[in-house]
Amino acid sequence: MYKYDQYDQSIVDARVEEFRDQVKRRLAGQITEDQFKPLRLMNGLYLQLHAYMLRVAVPYGTLDGRQMRMLGHIARKYDRGYGHFTTRQNIQYNWIKLSEAPDILAELATVEMHAIQTSGNCIRNISSDQFAGAAADEVADPRVWAELLRQWSTFHPEFSYLPRKFKIAVIAADEDRAAMRLHDIGIQLVQRDGVLGGRIFVGGGMGRTPMIAPEIKDFITADDLLSYVEACLRVYNRYGRRDNIYKARIKILIHELGADEYRRQVEEEFVAVKALGLDPPKAEFDRITKMFAPPTFATFGPQADTAPNPAFDAWRAQNTVAHKQPGYAIVTISLKPTGGIPGDATADQIDLMADLAERFSFNELRVTHAQNIVLPHVAVSDLHDVWTALDAAGLAPANIDLISDIIACPGLDYCSLANARSIPVAQKIATRFADPERQRDLGELKLKISGCINACGHHHAGHIGILGVDKKGTENYQLLLGGSGAEDASLARITGPGFSEDGIVDAVETVTNVYLDKREAGERFLDTYRRLGMDPFKEALYG
Amino acid sequence: MKVLTGNDLPTGDVIWWTGNGWSRHIEDARDVADQGESIARAEEGARHVTGPYVIDATVTADGPRPAHIKDRVRALGPTVRPDLTLKPADPNAGSWVI
Repeated sequence: MYKYDQYDQSIVDARVEEFRDQVKRRLAGQITEDQFKPLRLMNGLYLQLHAYMLRVAVPYGTLDGRQMRMLGHIARKYDRGYGHFTTRQNIQYNWIKLSEAPDILAELATVEMHAIQTSGNCIRNISSDQFAGAAADEVADPRVWAELLRQWSTFHPEFSYLPRKFKIAVIAADEDRAAMRLHDIGIQLVQRDGVLGGRIFVGGGMGRTPMIAPEIKDFITADDLLSYVEACLRVYNRYGRRDNIYKARIKILIHELGADEYRRQVEEEFVAVKALGLDPPKAEFDRITKMFAPPTFATFGPQADTAPNPAFDAWRAQNTVAHKQPGYAIVTISLKPTGGIPGDATADQIDLMADLAERFSFNELRVTHAQNIVLPHVAVSDLHDVWTALDAAGLAPANIDLISDIIACPGLDYCSLANARSIPVAQKIATRFADPERQRDLGELKLKISGCINACGHHHAGHIGILGVDKKGTENYQLLLGGSGAEDASLARITGPGFSEDGIVDAVETVTNVYLDKREAGERFLDTYRRLGMDPFKEALYG
Repeated sequence: MKVLTGNDLPTGDVIWWTGNGWSRHIEDARDVADQGESIARAEEGARHVTGPYVIDATVTADGPRPAHIKDRVRALGPTVRPDLTLKPADPNAGSWVI
């Protein structure tokens, strides 16, 4: 894992003291809310429906046990005993006091964490594959590049006031576990003729105008990658619209210019940027790379089969995947218990996950964009012990990628932008499909719920998506089908008129019944939808 | 009726104008008629509130009920965490929101 050097630590410490002074002046009336708001947002502090909300960055979703334990400590000391893991691989606290926010940031800084650039029109937390460093199918560890981009983008003076917020994802495998093409810039590291480089996708995103990023560069060598990304940003910063917030994202610029013209301008800009010597010297790149060196794995001989245990076996089958190192597995801890709040974890649960990381996963954890937690390096022989501890803490639902593994934004229960509640709908659907056998029979089914058109719940990318809207003062829910955030990225389409809160649960059951009735061997819900199209689902829903 | 609401500056708590101060309980809110904007300016200037705004509400036997669901959620707390609302002992409190 990356460790701060003196520069990282000093800029984070300086930011804490700067913000402490800003809060002090705000509370003393020396600056107005209009003056203070952009300052607090630069430090991840929002004013939400019930209180201040603090969004803490988890760079590319990676953290260690000490950092995770700090997140639990903050939940316990400054919030109401829990935190909410987000679709940006971050964590949010919902009940923060302004007067205590500087102390929280100071505590975070002691474990190399902060809330910088988790809001505002800047480059946000770089996201990545939660299986990075453990996945058998990666060509390199994408976190090396994500870290390089983090350092480049932190306090980047040219990109601190972009037309709109900007999100970058880096992956290094053909299987896309990070919704890469739904980012402003998506980078897929690839090997071509023995040379490492990146495919560059620009202009994806969700929100009110969802788009899948077109490929802007089919291969840029690793030596030129940072300069190329800078060129992509420069063209956007120069021509992105600042007159209309709804048209300010880079996807709109590329849509209006056309991918070919945008690419031409980037290539032209790249020539100018490359001459500036932005790409890191080898020594710096090697310094970062070294920090992501694989842990010292043990070598295991043949392992005896464990005694059958249906609950453990089901969890192992659903929540673990093969590790690139023989004898190890990647564990995904589900934060989606039946009837629970997707992504929420109590301080005690956070502490437990920190303990398990230290004891069983070389002190590493990951936050996933699907609002779960990963222990990336667990010896197969330790899986039963890990499961036993998780199960005792309510952290062992065996449902990863099944219908109850729902992504849901905070919705109207917490968010001032929302039009409808998301969490109760997620709870009702998970409860309706609580039977594990039924879930497994439905197979991989990614259900995603947003409480407004901003799409924090990724409804456009759901095999089944749900969008909450305000219909004359009443919550109403639109149903969408056919989305995917994976390597087969696609945008979901609305089925037709929306449903009430209970009606949408019935509607989800209806479309799953169509799938069960019409599926062919080996087909997922998404495959059946793509083969048949919308008609049979609409017919079942609306007659 | 018109009700003035906002957030307490240091804590962020949701607060309601009572006629001579602020309360965390909407039952204490009073009709501000057409005075909401001027009260808001004065109170924000005195740092008694941040982000004040006026909402429509109806008069009920239990006190003011905001016209919009968003403000009813603000008034009670998250419907999915009854323990964190202002009425944790009332299992039916959430129905007031819906």
